[in-house]
Amino acid sequence: MLRRRLNRLFGGDEGRVHSRTIYVGHKSCPPNEAYIPPKFCDNRIVSSKYTVWNFLPKNLFEQFRRIANFYFLIIFLVQVIVDTPTSPVTSGLPLFFVITVTAVKQGYEDWLRHKADREVNEYRVSVLEDGRRIRKMSAKIKVGDIVEVEEDETFPCDLILLQSSRDDGTCFVTTASLDGESNHKTHYTVADLESDLQYLSATIECEQPQPDLYKFVGRMHIYRNSQEPDVRSLGPENLLLKGANLKNTQKICGVAVYTGMETKMALNYQGKSQKRSAVEKSINAFLLVYLFILVSKALVCTTLKYVWQSKHDETWYNEKTQKEKETNQYLKMFTDFLSFMVLFNFIIPVSMYVTVEMQKFLGSFFITWDKDFFDPEIQEGALVNTSDLNEELGQVEYIFTDKTGTLTQNNMEFIECCIDGFQYKHGDGSSELDGFCVTDGPVNKIQQKAGREREELFLRALCLCHTVQVKESTKQRQDQNDQFDQIDQVDGLGLDHGFLDPPQKEMGFIASSPDEIALVKGAMRYGFTFLGLESKNMKILNRNKDVETYELLHVLNFDPVRRRMSVMVRSKTGDILLFCKGADSSIFPQVRQEEVERIRMHVERNATEGYRTLCVAYKHLSAQEYARADADLREARLALQDREEKLMAVYNRVETDMILIGATAVEDQLQDEAAQTMEALQGAGMKVWVLTGDKMETAKSTCYACGLFKKNTELLELTLRTLEDGGRSREERLHDLLLEYHKKAVQDAPPVKLGITRSWSVAGHDYGFIIDGASLSMVLSSSSEPNSRRYKNLFLQICQNCTSVLCCRMAPLQKAQIVKLVKNSKGNPITLSIGDGANDVSMILEAHVGIGIKGKEGRQAVKNSDYAIPKLKHLKKLLLAHGHLYYVRIAHLVQYFFYKNLCFILPQFLYQFFCGYSQQPLYDAAYLTMYNICFTSMPILAYSLLEQHICIEVLLEHSTLYRDIAKNAMLRWKLFLYWTALGIFHGLVFFFGVRFLFSNPALQDNGQVFGNWSYGTIVFTVLVFTVTLKLALDTRHWTWINHFVIWGSLAFYVFFSFFWGGIIWPFLKHQRLYFVFANMLSSVSAWLVIILLILLSLLPEILLVVLRKPRGPHARQLAEGGLLQASRSLLSHHFPTST
Amino acid sequence: MMASSYKDEDGHITVSGSGAAAGGGGGSLRSKKPENTAFKQQRLPAWQPILTAGTVLPAFFIIGLMFIPIGIGLYVTSNNIKEFEVDYTGVEMSSPCFTCSQNFSWNSTKPCTCSVPFHLDQPYESNVFMYYGLSNFYQNHRRYVKSRDDSQLNGNEESLRKPSKECEPYAKSNNKPIAPCGAIANSMFNDSLELIYIDPNGTKVQIPLTATGIAWWTDKHVKFRNPGAENTNLTVVFQGTTRPVNWRRPVFQLDSDPDNNGFINEDFIVWMRTAALPTFRKLYRIIQRRSNVHPTLPRGNYTLEVVYNYPVRSFEGRKRMILSTISWMGGKNPFLGIAYVSVGSVCFLLGVLLLIIHHKYGNRNNAAEISH
Repeated sequence: MLRRRLNRLFGGDEGRVHSRTIYVGHKSCPPNEAYIPPKFCDNRIVSSKYTVWNFLPKNLFEQFRRIANFYFLIIFLVQVIVDTPTSPVTSGLPLFFVITVTAVKQGYEDWLRHKADREVNEYRVSVLEDGRRIRKMSAKIKVGDIVEVEEDETFPCDLILLQSSRDDGTCFVTTASLDGESNHKTHYTVADLESDLQYLSATIECEQPQPDLYKFVGRMHIYRNSQEPDVRSLGPENLLLKGANLKNTQKICGVAVYTGMETKMALNYQGKSQKRSAVEKSINAFLLVYLFILVSKALVCTTLKYVWQSKHDETWYNEKTQKEKETNQYLKMFTDFLSFMVLFNFIIPVSMYVTVEMQKFLGSFFITWDKDFFDPEIQEGALVNTSDLNEELGQVEYIFTDKTGTLTQNNMEFIECCIDGFQYKHGDGSSELDGFCVTDGPVNKIQQKAGREREELFLRALCLCHTVQVKESTKQRQDQNDQFDQIDQVDGLGLDHGFLDPPQKEMGFIASSPDEIALVKGAMRYGFTFLGLESKNMKILNRNKDVETYELLHVLNFDPVRRRMSVMVRSKTGDILLFCKGADSSIFPQVRQEEVERIRMHVERNATEGYRTLCVAYKHLSAQEYARADADLREARLALQDREEKLMAVYNRVETDMILIGATAVEDQLQDEAAQTMEALQGAGMKVWVLTGDKMETAKSTCYACGLFKKNTELLELTLRTLEDGGRSREERLHDLLLEYHKKAVQDAPPVKLGITRSWSVAGHDYGFIIDGASLSMVLSSSSEPNSRRYKNLFLQICQNCTSVLCCRMAPLQKAQIVKLVKNSKGNPITLSIGDGANDVSMILEAHVGIGIKGKEGRQAVKNSDYAIPKLKHLKKLLLAHGHLYYVRIAHLVQYFFYKNLCFILPQFLYQFFCGYSQQPLYDAAYLTMYNICFTSMPILAYSLLEQHICIEVLLEHSTLYRDIAKNAMLRWKLFLYWTALGIFHGLVFFFGVRFLFSNPALQDNGQVFGNWSYGTIVFTVLVFTVTLKLALDTRHWTWINHFVIWGSLAFYVFFSFFWGGIIWPFLKHQRLYFVFANMLSSVSAWLVIILLILLSLLPEILLVVLRKPRGPHARQLAEGGLLQASRSLLSHHFPTST
Repeated sequence: MMASSYKDEDGHITVSGSGAAAGGGGGSLRSKKPENTAFKQQRLPAWQPILTAGTVLPAFFIIGLMFIPIGIGLYVTSNNIKEFEVDYTGVEMSSPCFTCSQNFSWNSTKPCTCSVPFHLDQPYESNVFMYYGLSNFYQNHRRYVKSRDDSQLNGNEESLRKPSKECEPYAKSNNKPIAPCGAIANSMFNDSLELIYIDPNGTKVQIPLTATGIAWWTDKHVKFRNPGAENTNLTVVFQGTTRPVNWRRPVFQLDSDPDNNGFINEDFIVWMRTAALPTFRKLYRIIQRRSNVHPTLPRGNYTLEVVYNYPVRSFEGRKRMILSTISWMGGKNPFLGIAYVSVGSVCFLLGVLLLIIHHKYGNRNNAAEISH
């Protein structure tokens, strides 16, 4: 009570208290106390970033935080302030364009957010005030309001469920808009409340808002006439989250606990950390080189300028202005330096960023558009959450895949069970009365069956020990229509197999895990049907078609640490039973040992067959035992702090000394084409690691089934089992094993050629490595620091030399740890994680590229992934075709951009030597500005969107092609140097070719002479044609779009030049280009020199093409020559691949 | 089973971490099947050229075979162009213009003249173009290039009175606007050159020089225009302006011909087209061919009569007078011919070389190569 009062005192100062107190219905409680309304934020949701007033400054600030934009801003400012050769327009216009486009885009997105916010905030909701229903705007909801929500409505804020129209005090909720999961989830009302909320007088004490959606702790004090309040614990099952939808329930009432920006949904609204691709890192590295070139060019020119000026002092024909004379010499030098920087700054073009962004953004559409990624089952195609990583898909070296739902379908089918050591399989013939036949059992008890009593106990356990709901078929048909597909898939078996009662025919089960449904279905096939949960009573239809009722006392929820779940029920007769099911390793220690051996054999055999096994145990609880457990549980649930830990302790205490009844085996089918996909990926040089929480045996069998382990693969096992062999301490054994495996896999293996071809398959010996969670944690966190680092290294080296690695029994965090370990290992390999469930989110976020499978386990993985695909098999095309192409495209784009700007600016630099280092630009300002925006940008953009240097079919067929681009092959320094050299060569050819021509500037047949602008225009014309034709030479895939943009760009250049030079532009100070282009074209010499220089520039390119082995996109060609491929890939390392 | 059941069984509130706020468009399911268009499926029909030795080799030969004759043609044409150059800077003591170059002063009222004798070995048959050439003169210096007001030169009255800032420090003189303003105009070449043929019998014949047709047509007729469109009396039009400081005459006295006076004086226009390199030539006069019988400039002795106004020694410049005939490719320049011949021969040689390599190399895995 004291604490509560304190809380109230600090009601407005919430930062200092750990919990908040909410007055349900704003009534002071207990009634005699003074009521001070605490201050909480209102229910306004603000997801928008900007307002009308702060949009401009805030957006600009954010945009200029990008280093590139900032650089261009600086250049622009220098141009404005200092007297520079080019007008500020030349760099200001592109920058302005980029900034405006981005701002408009962001502004539009923000406007959409504003609109969405407004929609949400102005949504009308019913609030109960003093027993009356009042319609209010959603934004006006205050903490403590009692809100009424009707079916299919969205919860306006986080509510504690007080009242439901359903009899059993539950309501169903879908969180589709939160995470895309469309299955129904059950939430419970707070137990034993007044039926009329008007008279409810209660406070809720709960933790401060926190973003974890899985957690909520609180308690409710209910004040009745008696002075001492009743206390109820509140957990996540009582909390209805904003954004979720009410389903299957007519209406509910709840009290608002978190509102507005404090709701869990709002707290979770934040961008994921941005991943940067390797290509981007290369760009930045190249950028530094070019920045260096830029600065050194400027420095050279500045120095030479002053050397030159010392000889050629001011001439009579070209006097300085008064201002120039007065300027301080050093300041003058500095501004000269800046001027040169400005003159040469085009070497780092704004437009590259724009083009790269556009390429990524537009390019990612091809993934969403790809009909091969369309899955008719879920009616969805691929999803791209980020377009920044397209090219990374072509660079993957390690794949970390989840097993369940990724490699396997997560489509569960109950295969068999084992009761007391006897195996039961469902025979199709159903010759026996109950469709239950014993196929085999322990050798000495063939054709025997376990006692009927045990059988029934086992089946009851299956029927009771779960959290499945029966889906009601009677109402809300349209609501269920969307559910039906899904339910039917989950059912798998079809309902008519087992149960024949007509009214129940349409019964479906709703559960979040397909395992549970499979088990319930399995039990149903054997005669025990779960009819549903009605106000804490579970009903079962037994074999004799009698309805048995059990009172559900407690559900001991599943968690990944315990790996089991239990229910406590009270039967009609008053017996209190605890049923528990879970993984064998977590059940066996908790049961009487004598039963274990009989069942272990079955479990292990089932596991090797690739089935998912569960053990089922039970326990009778005496009244005293129950009373104690009940009390403990209630107490733990009421705890505000460390509730989880306390609950866990109680669970562990209760779940002991159980009696093992049997085990189940559920088959999880492999995904379509899982084996082929894996083969292709391995063929592409990727190493596949399976990270699963599953049992080793099950996972191993899946690996064999997928072809990750082959018959001749030698398995190196590092699991608890192998560690416990040999009778020495685990630490020592770990040490020995690691060394042994290291010797085998690393030292004795033929030396692996590092570099371009990762030749795992060349070695005759394949190794597979298996490690489990416990061993992994020993490796990673060995007691002594030097050891731990050494183990880590050994472990990594072993793994890197193995074909496939299987990590089983992994906790989600361990998955991420492994990914991180590999990611940060030597060479920083590119990693990809693929998974479908919440337990994969951590590794999806950790890896360079995260792929989500749109599986059955909800949408967490999809939401957190970078790319989402419906099926595993789509990964093959995503990586081998899309990834490969995107990489080649963007790598070429980057190299080409640097190249074309180098040969653009180099003549301008060289011109300085002929104009007294006076920063005289060679090209007209219009050309300087338009070069990157109009004349040369479209062809490369089209190329980078459409190029298929090898066509998709071939890429898919020959997975080895993927290795050609491994390790950022097209952006290595060698190739960068090649492109740079090419740029320099072209620049020199352009400049000096025209320079020699201009040794006699009388180039027209009427004896008239050309001036400096003609000079620049000729160089520029050669430049535009050469760089465009260079790209044309590199293009291997000429669609009409390529033709259009390449020839169109050239035509546009000619047209523009005529137009630009054809008019005296009133807004221009200088009419420099007036008829320069037309006059140029009237000169035969100019024509001849343009043709000559273009050809001369492209000659080396053509020569290389000839010397290089053909690299064509034709399927035939590649299919025919395996030889060819080998020689080609060899050659392509000697000769720069420009495609 | 553990891996998956954990994430489901651990509560009914399996809600993802990053839901879109405000529930606006969160979780919109795309149930539409992607369109099966060629573009979206990246299956646009495409031409997929493969550049192989087979396709490129003929190109090499064709280029070689085309370029070599063109180059030879260019070279011959260039060689047939007659060009004569005489340097009259007057740096050497022996040079006739030495005195003029030494005693140069902007203020001297009496023009200094000198005659440079020279001998033409060959007769010049067709039209002869007379150029003046300057060396070490940085007409392409940035400060110089921009020091002009195109609007003023286009006849804009306002710019005439208020020259652009770019013209500084040649925008105003004695508080009067300079017309034409700027460094380029101010430094206009003002030597006058006369050509005198000395007959074998000793009589001096002045060669008639045409001063028109030396500037770009568009410059003369569009870009450069005198102010006061209708008013032909340039003296009135330019009233209130002053001549550039280094000029001896105001702009409206450049020529007696009204169509070649003021801003549209062709000498002026030619000068205003800034040269690309510090050593340049500009067209000065044209010597029209008069009769079909006599050559334009017969073989023999000539003198170049120079009115020496233009100082170049201060910046170690040189002045030349060039007489040249012109062909379809312009003035004499062996570069193009040589370049074409060399590129053509390189192509041809490469073609031969590649053919040999290709033959040898190609034989080894011909199967793979020829298959496509």
